[in-house]
Amino acid sequence: MNTAMHVLPYLVAVYVFLTGCYGLATSRNLIHAVGCLAVCQSATYVLLLAVGYRDGATAPVFSDIEPGSRPVVDPVVQALTLTDIVVGATVTALLLALVLQIAKRHGTVDPDELRELRG
Amino acid sequence: MSDAVITVSLLLVAGCATAAVVQRDPARQALVLSVLGAVLAVLFTVLQAPDAGLSQLAVGSALTPLLIMLCVRKVRRRGRTKDGAR
Amino acid sequence: MNRLRLWLLAVGGAGLAALLVAACLDLPAFGGRWHPYGDRAVQASLDRHIANTIASVNFDQRAYDTLGEISILFAAVLGCVVLLREARDEHRAPPEPAEVARPVRRYALLVLPVALVTGLYVIAHGQLSPGGGFQGGVVAATALHLLYLGADYGALERVRPLGVYEASDSLAVCAYLVLGLAGVLAGTAFLANTLLPYGTFNTLSSGGTVPLLNAAVGMEVASAVVVLLAHFLDQAVEIEEEHGS
Repeated sequence: MNTAMHVLPYLVAVYVFLTGCYGLATSRNLIHAVGCLAVCQSATYVLLLAVGYRDGATAPVFSDIEPGSRPVVDPVVQALTLTDIVVGATVTALLLALVLQIAKRHGTVDPDELRELRG
Repeated sequence: MSDAVITVSLLLVAGCATAAVVQRDPARQALVLSVLGAVLAVLFTVLQAPDAGLSQLAVGSALTPLLIMLCVRKVRRRGRTKDGAR
Repeated sequence: MNRLRLWLLAVGGAGLAALLVAACLDLPAFGGRWHPYGDRAVQASLDRHIANTIASVNFDQRAYDTLGEISILFAAVLGCVVLLREARDEHRAPPEPAEVARPVRRYALLVLPVALVTGLYVIAHGQLSPGGGFQGGVVAATALHLLYLGADYGALERVRPLGVYEASDSLAVCAYLVLGLAGVLAGTAFLANTLLPYGTFNTLSSGGTVPLLNAAVGMEVASAVVVLLAHFLDQAVEIEEEHGS
């Protein structure tokens, strides 16, 4: 049981990432594609936090535990995840704004129809 | 014990991510994404990352779905007024 | 054409999956005890009297990195504002106030102050408990939009002078830069946490410049989210295209 547990979180991250990529590539609607990109982003959060986890440890916040009394998980990857989440949301917003512009200029949000318009 | 909780929340994340990709209607996808955000927040809390969990709860289950919904509404409204003018 | 594309996707996806799985099998086992960076970050955080190690990493040990993050945030918001401005062939049509169900109105107005205070609390206690500028800013900004649920769009526009939020967004980024430069003027490095005394462990004023940088980021994130949501709401609710264009 333990050997499976040692890689399971990483494999879930890989699975979520590939699922998001599949959705991105086969999407027929640019808004849906942006949602799939959000799924891809969440895979990176799972990977980062899985790397920093430590068995039997607690959160690296010392306001209510004595420093050194218990092992804590890795705070560096958590800080990376934290900023990643908020910045990822604003990048999603920027992409959605671009989609709205495309909808205004071309009257469609289907990537295939857009390709035909250009060609 | 904690291994079981982690496994369950990991599988929930994988399931929600699949549902979010398979759901092709963006308005419904926004709802699934907000569930995915909440499940991710639970996973982060289980992985002892309360900071990231809080952030994911605020962003993933409220902000991103809201932006997608507003975008869908704008695109649909455009379609309606175009058809009305025709 | 379409079938070819799907094949290409399948082959590429399978290759990527194989590589990623191989990489996963080589990663240190999940839940292992070996975290050299984490242990050192915890030690550095305790040395500087910061109870929440994540705040210490974000605003002290990797403060320069956070400057990059908030620049991305600022640039993304700027891009949205430019893309979503009212174009020449569009006009504003203020929506009629809609009927809101009474329970929705009551609970939205009840939850609004609680959510707003929670957001501000989370920002203020960034270096003590889980939370900080990034999370609290989003909570406070989205809390304000409960007014749209509870009342109507006009009410939201009255309590949200957009220019003020745009100005406070840029002010907050400037404040972060100025705090960094203050370190240079004091004779140490850019964004080095040597300016202020470290204070008593586990109090609001502990951690030197960390609470100040945290507050600047909280202000930036809150105003950025308000500005973003305002422009998307404008597009979705108010701005219409001219007919016959």
